[in-house]
Formats: sequence, C-alpha cells, structure tokens
Amino acid sequence: MSSTTNSPTHHTSTIGAIGAPSRRNTELALLVFAVVIPVFAYANVGLAINNHVPAGLLEYGLGLGLLAGVAHLAVRKFAPYADPLLLPLATLLNGLGLVVIWRLDQSKLLQSLKGFSPAAPRQLLYTALGIALFAAVLIFLKDHRVLQRYTYISMFCALTLLILPLVPGLGADIYGAKIWIRVPGLGSLQPGEFAKIVLAIFFAGYLMVKRDALALASRRFMGLYLPRGRDLGPILVVWAISILILVFETDLGTSLLFFGMFVIMLYVATERTSWIVFGLLMSAVGAVGVASFESHIQTRVNAWLDPMREYQLSRQITHDGILHSDQLQQSLWAFGSGGTLGTGWGQGHSDLIKFAANSDFVFATFGEELGLAGIMAMLLLYGLIAERGMRTALAARDPFGKLLAVGLSGAFALQVFVVAGGVMGLIPLTGMTMPFVAYGGSSVLANWALIGILIRISDTARRPAPAPAANPDAEMTQVVRPS
Amino acid sequence: MNKPLRRIAIFCGLLVLALLIRDNYLQYVEAGQLASNKDNRRVSIERYANPRGDIIVDGNPITGSVESTGRQFKYKRTYKDGPMWAPVTGYSSQAFDGSQLEKIDDGILTGNDDRLFFRNTLDMITGKTKQGGNVVTTLNAAAQKAAYSGLAKQGGKGAVVALDPSTGKILALASYPSYDPSSFAGDRNSDAKAWNDLKSNKAEPMLNRALRETYPPGSTFKVVTAAAALENGLYKSADEQTDSPLPWIMPGTTTPLKNEGNIPCKNATLREALRWSCNSVFGKIGSDLGNEKMLDEAKKFGFDSEQFTPVRSNASVFSDNMNHSQTALSSIGQFNTAATPLQMAMVASAVANDGKLMKPYMVDKLQSSNVDTVEQTEPQEMSRPLTSANAQVLQDMMQTVVDKGTGTNAKIPGVMVGGKTGTAQHGVANSANPYAWFISYAKLPDGSSPVAVAVVIEDESANRDDISGGGLAAPIAKNVMQAVIQSKK
Repeated sequence: MSSTTNSPTHHTSTIGAIGAPSRRNTELALLVFAVVIPVFAYANVGLAINNHVPAGLLEYGLGLGLLAGVAHLAVRKFAPYADPLLLPLATLLNGLGLVVIWRLDQSKLLQSLKGFSPAAPRQLLYTALGIALFAAVLIFLKDHRVLQRYTYISMFCALTLLILPLVPGLGADIYGAKIWIRVPGLGSLQPGEFAKIVLAIFFAGYLMVKRDALALASRRFMGLYLPRGRDLGPILVVWAISILILVFETDLGTSLLFFGMFVIMLYVATERTSWIVFGLLMSAVGAVGVASFESHIQTRVNAWLDPMREYQLSRQITHDGILHSDQLQQSLWAFGSGGTLGTGWGQGHSDLIKFAANSDFVFATFGEELGLAGIMAMLLLYGLIAERGMRTALAARDPFGKLLAVGLSGAFALQVFVVAGGVMGLIPLTGMTMPFVAYGGSSVLANWALIGILIRISDTARRPAPAPAANPDAEMTQVVRPS
Repeated sequence: MNKPLRRIAIFCGLLVLALLIRDNYLQYVEAGQLASNKDNRRVSIERYANPRGDIIVDGNPITGSVESTGRQFKYKRTYKDGPMWAPVTGYSSQAFDGSQLEKIDDGILTGNDDRLFFRNTLDMITGKTKQGGNVVTTLNAAAQKAAYSGLAKQGGKGAVVALDPSTGKILALASYPSYDPSSFAGDRNSDAKAWNDLKSNKAEPMLNRALRETYPPGSTFKVVTAAAALENGLYKSADEQTDSPLPWIMPGTTTPLKNEGNIPCKNATLREALRWSCNSVFGKIGSDLGNEKMLDEAKKFGFDSEQFTPVRSNASVFSDNMNHSQTALSSIGQFNTAATPLQMAMVASAVANDGKLMKPYMVDKLQSSNVDTVEQTEPQEMSRPLTSANAQVLQDMMQTVVDKGTGTNAKIPGVMVGGKTGTAQHGVANSANPYAWFISYAKLPDGSSPVAVAVVIEDESANRDDISGGGLAAPIAKNVMQAVIQSKK
C-alpha cells in the first residue's frame, strides 16, 4: 500500500521544503544558449545553401529571443519555483526544429512538389501561439489540482477529440491514417495531440479515486495479484478504445501511446506489477489481432521488416491496392549517409524523403546533417525532458499531481520512442510527429501546453511549504501531564 | 507511489537508451553500407557534384561536363561524337548510373579515388574545389573515325576492332548502330524517354558489338587452325602439300565437307588452301589434330576466357568434348565456334607480332586533375600462340590472301598487308544472312607492324550473294589500317 504523502526523510531525492532556491536565473542563462544555438544553426544553413547569412537572421534571432523571454517572464511571475530545465530544453528543440523546417523549405526538390508552400513562417506562428498557450496555462492554472474537478468532463472531451477525425466531412484521410480534421480557414488539426493531455487529466483523476480499490481488492495467484472482474472494467474500456482507434483511424502510434500511458499511470497508482503484465498482454493481443486483418498495419510491419523491398515496390506499378512508400528506406539512407559527424547543416539530401520530410520524418534530416553525434545529443535532450517530468512527479506532494506528471512525461517519452524508433527502423512506422521539432500546429501547441502543465506541477512541488501554523493543541498537550 | 515512479523513470531511460543503441548501429556500424548503396540517390548526386574528369583520345577530350539545370545535380555529362565513341566511353547518366570506362574509372573521374587522396587534401587546404582526374585512352581518333564512318556508310550492324600488335593497345573500337550517351545523361523525362527508346530498339544500339557480341568467325578461324597445324608439326611450311582428299568425308559420317564453289583444294598447300579458303583442307587438319590440340591453340589466342581491357569482353568459344567431325566443323569457324571482334583482332595481331600475343588494353594512363600520372598501363605479354618462325610462315600465307586471294580489296600500296576473309553461316539451316568477316594486319617496309584489325558486318538487308568478307568488310579494314599508318607518319 502506498502512502499518499512522502516524508522527506525517507527519500533524499524529494525536494526539501525549506529554502529551495527558485533557479530562475539558471533558467535564464540556459535560455540564452537555447536561443543562440538555433540562431547559429540558422546562419549555418544559409551559408551552406546560399553562401550568405540569411537575410532574416536578425528578425529570427530577435523573434525566438522574444518568445523565450515572454515564456521566461511568465514562469518567473507565475511559477517562480518551477523546474529550470524544462523551458530551455523545449525552447532549444523548438528553435532547432524551426531551423530544419526552414532548411527543408530551401530544397529545390521539395519546392517542385505539388502543393509546396514555405512551412517555416507558419511554424514560427505556431510556436508563438504555443508559447502563448504555455503562458496562458501558467497564468490561468494557478494550481494543477483544479484539473481534478474536471475528471469526467476530460473523459468526454478526450473521447470527442478522438472521434472527431471519423466524423464525415470533418475528418481527412491523409496517406492512410485518419487522424486529421479539417477546420475551414484554419487548415488541418490533429486532435489526438490534444487528447493526449486531456486523457492524462482524466486518468489521473480517475485513478486517484479508484486506486485503493484496484490495488487492494485482488486475489493472489502465481505471485501475481489478480484484479477483481469489475475492477478490470476501466482498463478494458481504455483497451477497447485504443483498438477502435487502431481499426477506424488506422493510427498505430496514437493507439499505442494512449494504452501505454494508461498502463504506466495504473502501475504507478496501484503499485501492482500485475497491471503491467496485463497491459503488455492486452496490447500484444490487440496489436496482433488488428494486424491480422488491417492491411495498413501489415504494410507498415512489412516495410519495417524489409525496407529495401518496400522501396523497390514503390518504384513499380503494383496491383495489390496498397500504397507503397520509399520513405522508410530513404530515411535510413539519410541516417546512414550522415554517419558519425553528419554532412553539416544544409548539406544533406534528406529532401529525397519528399512527403512529410519536415514532419513525421524530420528526425532523418537531423540524422543526416548532424550525424550520430547530433542525434545522440537530441535524444538526450528528449530524455532530459522526460526525466525532469519524472522528477517533478517524484517531488509532487499530491497523488493527482504525481499521476498527472508521470502520465504526461511518460507519454512524452513513449512518443519520442515511437517516432524516433520508427524513422530509425527500430520499430514499425506509426505516423506521429517528433515533439517540438516536427512541422505541425497541433503538435507544437499541445507540447507547449504539456510543458506548461509540468512546469505548474513542478512549481507547486518545489514551492517552500508555508511556515507551519502554531498547533493549537500543542499547549494543551503540555498541560496534560501524568503526575 | 514513489517506488513504481522510479521504475517508470528507469523505463523511460531505457527507451532512450534503446534509441541511442539503434542510432549507433545505424549511423556507425551500418553507415558506410547505407551511404554507398547503389539505390541511394546521394551516390549519383555526389558523382555530379563537381565537373567530371575527361576521357582523352590523342590529347583531346571526347567528353565534357556542363552545369546542369536540374534540381539535384550540379553538373551533367556531355560527349563529343557520342555514337562514335560510345563503345569506348560507355555512358554516365544522372538517372541511369554508368557503364564501361565511365563506370570502371568513376573514382578517378569524380576525384573520389583513394589514389587522389593526397591531391584532394592539398586542394582542400588551398581552398580549391575538388576536380576529377582524366582517363587517357590508347585509341587513335583517325582510325576510330575510319572504322565508324565505314560501318555507318555500309549501314548494317557491325563492329570494328583495331589493335597495335606490338603493345596490345586498342586503336579503334567501333560498333554500329550506336547511341549517343548525351541523350540520356540527365534525369529529366526526355532522358528517360531516350533511354527507353534505346532499350526497346530492336537493332540494339546499346549493345557493344566489338566486345560483347560473339559471332561465328567462319573462315577467319582458319588462321587459328593453320597456326595449330604449324605449331603441332603437322605441316612444316606454307608450300608443303597437305594430305587432303577431295571430297573429304567427315569421320563418322557420310557427309563430305563442302567447299564454296569449285576451287583447287585437293592436296593443296597451306598457302593455296588459305588463299582459296578450302574448308576440306582445314576441316581435315582440325580433325587430324583432334579436339584437344585445337582447343589448346585456340586458348593460346585467347578463346574461352573473358578479356578485361579493362572493359569486360565476352569470352569467345571453342568447345571441348567434340568428336572428329564436330572438331572439323569447329576448325573452319562453324558449329559452336564463336568469337568477338576483339578476339579475331587478337588473332591477327598475334600473327603480325611474330607469334607474341599482347594483352589488349584501352586505358593508357589515369591522371589526376593536374595531369600527374596516377597509374600507367604497361604492355603485357599474354601468351605465345606461335613461334617466331611459324608466325612468319603464317604471315607469308596471309599476305598471299591479300595479294591474289579473297582479300585483294585490302591492298595498300607500299605496305604489306596480310589478311583473311570469312563468310560465316548462321541461323536455322543457314537460312539467315551470313556474317561478313575480315581480319588483317599491315606491315611497314621497316618490318614493324603498326596495326591489326578485325571487321564484322551482319547485314540483313543486303543480298546474300553480296556478302563476303572480301567485298563488305575488307574495304573498311583497309581504311582503318591506312588511317593508323597515316597518323604514324
């Protein structure tokens, strides 16, 4: 049985309540790097491609600096004790993402494709909106525990968001995955990205209430605690929804992400390993079951097993009714051609990936131009964000905050793994976007909101506890003496 | 709740670790293999990132590079007299890879060859852009022009190979019909169309007939059979009477081996038999020597093995495990016997070079961009199919053929020319039009032999009776030999 509160004396990693420095100046110093590094990268791309520093360098640098400054001021004012690493890490990744998107805009090959328009200006706009949303989270969400009240509303919202792409006239099938909705005048939206956050709120609220029942009422069998049948209900529902997403939206990534997030949160809430075993079994059964009849998933798996064959098929006219794509093989070539140190900014040929080069496959451009060294650095940046989130969960004093933080950062880590693993050929491709670096408004907005919530929880966790009020009973206790 | 939380934190760390391990495998272990994969477009993008070096004939480049207007490639290959030189250069195309010299010496031409490493490093330090090196060929522009225009004027399919007998240098290498490698050097739709048209053309313009097509050599193979007779001591001189009944019934059969027309072949001397091209005499020589001895001699001339000039040439064929009548037919260039034009030029060149066969080659040297020699090809003796004395006997006989035999069309005033005609039958029951062959060499008054040549013409439109090596092929051989002799002066 877990305790809902932690005594600082038992866990040295828990932040001591008294005298914690705010670390805002550390954050500011790191932010300077997070802005300057992308500015240099931007200049480097311009020099490599056009032999001169890009004309917009000053505006770009000032713009990114301004956005980072606004975010920093919002944190300083509204979450002064927040984790100092999260904001600079997100800013750095977002800045590098902008550089790569601008770099791919310069590709003559991509420019010649149908429907090309420069993506970098729009991504800059999304970044501004994302940071505005981040600031709004900090300003309006004074205490994350408020979210607890909206547990069931969140569930409703999440389900709505997930079903939206299936609504006729609203949903859009883009290259086999139905995860988009078209909003007139706004363009395409990926509601799944937002559903990730809203679902985490629902799970955290729900599990906080039910965890005792789930953890305690169980029989022991072969070293595992078997949950009661009626307690299995919620996990079965989430499982069923993931399977439905997989079947109707053919979106392996989102499905995996939601189910994985739920299992992680369930395990943390109940401390029962048996839930992990159940979770793994159920996802295996679900994935294999769906893959046995869903051709879209089969194609993805086949492409993963033999990308070269898929490449050859994409060059020919096939009559199997499947859209064969050379993207994975092109992505692997991009990584391989980058080698240890990469070709340098602007000197690779990752534009050969063509479709989705700046969104789902944006990581391949980093791989080719920054090489093994750059990719390892970036993976560590992502790892750091996830681990700072975990640390926030450890430090949080309330179970809801703990669950929400572990859910959000766990989902973040899973998403990074699924996307990076997909484009590097470690696991089948799933069609999600790399947080912060990939082109896409939904992704940028949702991830900034996610960082905002994590920062809010970490601020609450690290804030010095108010001085204990004088105990009204203290004197009374002294009075009663056995003498 | 903190214990499972810590475990989840470790799990997330493991996810990142898995990605790091995969990335190391991808970008370190597998990187080289992925980067150099032939389907990886970057390989050809890199190939055309700098102006390509040139292929050089007689000091003049026959190739060039222009800035490409394409989206990915910076430069594009161009060719001067593309169709004439295509059997030498091959092609280098942005969309369709490369072939022959363009492919074999790609490293030198792009400047990526390891042997240019020092030069490239110097250039990098001094800030010069990387430049490709050159491939200097052994070819003779005048001879090549004579060969190609001769074939073009004749109009049928065919090929010409000319060698320098004393070194093995390839002087001319022409194939007709040919193709212009410039027409598909880029990666546009027009290039793809040109490529597809060439590939679907029934006349097979992209087939390098000089190296990659084997034809039945017909009577020209009698030179090899005569060499075998002399080398094995069956007959000692050109003017010794042979033991040749007429008609001669092939052993184990009731069929006589027929001659073309009523020619004096009964017990003819080797000289007369070669002059009149007696099937009965040479068929019997092959049969008398047997399969093994004939095969030995043919192999010494280069049959049954591929040649690398460095462009690969198909292996010519002389079979083993044949009975006497099959050996007899093979010894007059029929049955299974098949030869590339290069092979028959090698036969003529070995005779002309007093029995010494030099390894044929077409790359004289490889140069770096600042014309330092990176690699020089030295002439190399391949084998000795004939002793010097026997070679001179055979030369004497071949000169008789041109003087007063079937090859008079190849006569050049003031030059001793030796040769042999051939009209090879092929097709089911010999129904197809025969191939016209001529092999020859020229000998200058000072005793040196500057050129040996083989010409083959397969003409489907010509009248069957018109086809004879002497009529169609010999004039082209003559022009090629004259061109070489002229350019030596």
